Amino acid sequence: MSYLIEKRTFVIPGDLLAEGDYHAGSNAFKEGSTVYASMVGLSNSVGRNVYVVALKGCYVPRGGDVVIGKVVEMRLGSWNVDINSPYNAILFTSEALDRPFNSRREEMTSILDIGDLILAKVISFDRTRGPALTIRESGLGKIVHGSIIRMTPSKIPRLIGRKGSMINLLTRETGCHITVGQNGLILISGKNPELEALTIKILNIIEEKAHTSGLTNRITDFIKKEKSVLNAEKSKE
Amino acid sequence: MSDSYKIVAKITKKQIADNLLKNTRIDGRGLLDYREITTEIGLLEKASGSALVSIGKTKVLAGVKVEMGEPYPDKPDAGVLTVNVELTPLASPSFEPGPPSEDAIELARVVDRGIRESKAVDLNKLCIVPGKKVFVVFVDLNVLNHSGNLFDTSALASILALMNAKTREYTVSKGGQLKYKKSTTHLPIQNFPVEVTVAKIGEKMVVDVSLEEEAVIDAQLTIAVGKDNEICAIQKSLIGTFSQDEVHQALQIATDKAKEIREKVLRGVEGWLEGKE
Amino acid sequence: MPKKAKSEKLIRRGVRTDGRKIHDLRNIKIEVGPLERADGSAYIEWGNNKILAAVYGPREVHPRHLARPDRAFFRCRYHMAPFSTTERKRPAPSRRERELSKVTRVALEPSILTKLYPRAGIDVFIEILQSDGGTRCAGITAASIALVDAGIPMKDLVAACAAGKIDGKIVLDLNEVEDQEGDADVPVAIMPRTGGISLLQMDGILSQTEFKEALELALEGCKQVYELQKEALTKAYVQEEAPVKDEEKSEGEEQNE
Repeated sequence: MSYLIEKRTFVIPGDLLAEGDYHAGSNAFKEGSTVYASMVGLSNSVGRNVYVVALKGCYVPRGGDVVIGKVVEMRLGSWNVDINSPYNAILFTSEALDRPFNSRREEMTSILDIGDLILAKVISFDRTRGPALTIRESGLGKIVHGSIIRMTPSKIPRLIGRKGSMINLLTRETGCHITVGQNGLILISGKNPELEALTIKILNIIEEKAHTSGLTNRITDFIKKEKSVLNAEKSKE
Repeated sequence: MSDSYKIVAKITKKQIADNLLKNTRIDGRGLLDYREITTEIGLLEKASGSALVSIGKTKVLAGVKVEMGEPYPDKPDAGVLTVNVELTPLASPSFEPGPPSEDAIELARVVDRGIRESKAVDLNKLCIVPGKKVFVVFVDLNVLNHSGNLFDTSALASILALMNAKTREYTVSKGGQLKYKKSTTHLPIQNFPVEVTVAKIGEKMVVDVSLEEEAVIDAQLTIAVGKDNEICAIQKSLIGTFSQDEVHQALQIATDKAKEIREKVLRGVEGWLEGKE
Repeated sequence: MPKKAKSEKLIRRGVRTDGRKIHDLRNIKIEVGPLERADGSAYIEWGNNKILAAVYGPREVHPRHLARPDRAFFRCRYHMAPFSTTERKRPAPSRRERELSKVTRVALEPSILTKLYPRAGIDVFIEILQSDGGTRCAGITAASIALVDAGIPMKDLVAACAAGKIDGKIVLDLNEVEDQEGDADVPVAIMPRTGGISLLQMDGILSQTEFKEALELALEGCKQVYELQKEALTKAYVQEEAPVKDEEKSEGEEQNE
């Protein structure tokens, strides 16, 4: 006997996804020859792989992910970084500097202090130990200006869009620089506060409407409307 | 980890501070604007009185219970009022189950003082048999969502729950026996204190600070103002200081805001503040 | 609040003190995600019971020594607000509340895939704002929804409901008066997909047959509760807009595991 749920069906934990020769992908589990959902979301499948696009859920680090984290603790030779995941990450001084750290001559706080935000890459994570980070690559390091917005981590793919379509649209239309942390934190820095505020509004819409149809069109219309308001205000001045 | 929630990112702090210095706030409010205040009154049937107050996303539920008890030996003919606060672990990742924390105790005491010192409840009318039997009014506050400004939200929930509270009418026989009647009556409310917390950052004064803003303020004054603009209680918290001028400034702000909130939120609730008291 | 003197009957001509028939559930209303700070939350009104449940996690465990190397550490706290009862309840947790915290944990934990988050912690907080009999079942029902709302991976929901005996009859879902003056109470929780019972308690006196009848009835009640849970979740997440159309189907989703 074989069964496969229709794509994009709303499912809750325990709902039947497939029966027969199928694999349980993310947010799904298999008992005997039956695959069930383990999270609230929309069903999907690619070939024999059946999974759930989750609507809720925390960020689980994966090697190679770029994340935005907050330094929350300091130890001898390392910082503890809150990366909005069940596990705090660790950043060793050797992954923060291109040279050896001299603990007699310099303070760790002069490099990174508690409360600093960093853009970092996850080096490795296997759930037995905390994820390790690096900032020794170009573009990574301490964040010194911009606004931070939080989104549900499982909605980040929607923000990026197919082959980057959504994020490119946003960057093009608002002129803001948008750095997406896979962990649900997003850094926005723009030329002026109005455009930053507009970008934040758009991200809130994506957060709210991530699982509905016509999102790209909706966003395009929204930008057009908001920008004409902005322009009108400007010409008044 | 619970501590990491208390650390606000430095650039966020800077952004908040920069905004305040320009007389704006990250959520678009002016310095002396409250977030939206919404109230729901009498939502619990088992409590004598209840009120759910939201200021922005901060939510506090107050429940009033009136029970029979003994008076304090030094005030044999007055009823008893107690205020208790529970910072429920539902409300914030940094609240943990267990005995009340220092913060919860401070909050309870500040709210208690506003109600008590303003004589909001006429405790003398709660005496049944002097020295033996009085009514005990319990105000229990349950913080459900902590997004800043717990003082003002809790105080507002308390007074609303008291205004909502009803007790059974009774008669006392010569032998001191109490007989309840079927009818109910409001508690003897005679004042309507509103607490306003004025926070200071640099030279600026702001009201109704959000959770993120709390991380950047230097000091704050919580001021309870009664219905005739009298000051009933003040609590300075946090380690910063105020100058005398600043205190005057804060008092003015608190008085104006308290009046505004009393008019908007308290007036007319259960018929109070309309010449009934 | 239904009030009655001790001598009165709890069932008259098949009708109970609150107007229900013997196999009727009280009205149940579930709201998903009312609390903003929590990772997941739910509010339930079950008759006159009013209960909030919040979930935090998976997150780091404090104190650290409680962390388990192979799975998430799961904690529950059942607590009654002082104004939730007829007589004011002292705020500190009573022995009853501590026991109920434990049975709630045991009722919920089998549904959770704790192995996916070794060393992390998941906390469930249940706050009874108003009680009217059957708070543990209502609390468990709400907590299960809050867990889903927090995006905690689960094998199934957990739905709970009690049955009991009043005036010599087996009835569904006892209210407070019935619980206090009735003969027995049997709270039950199940994982509806497998039918596994994760909570089963009883107090009072029942014959063998009566117990079996009560259990059967409680399970029937759990199934009705499960339908309401599903309804609430669907309402909360499926908005009025049509689901994503075909042309957008693969936009921004993972292509493969």
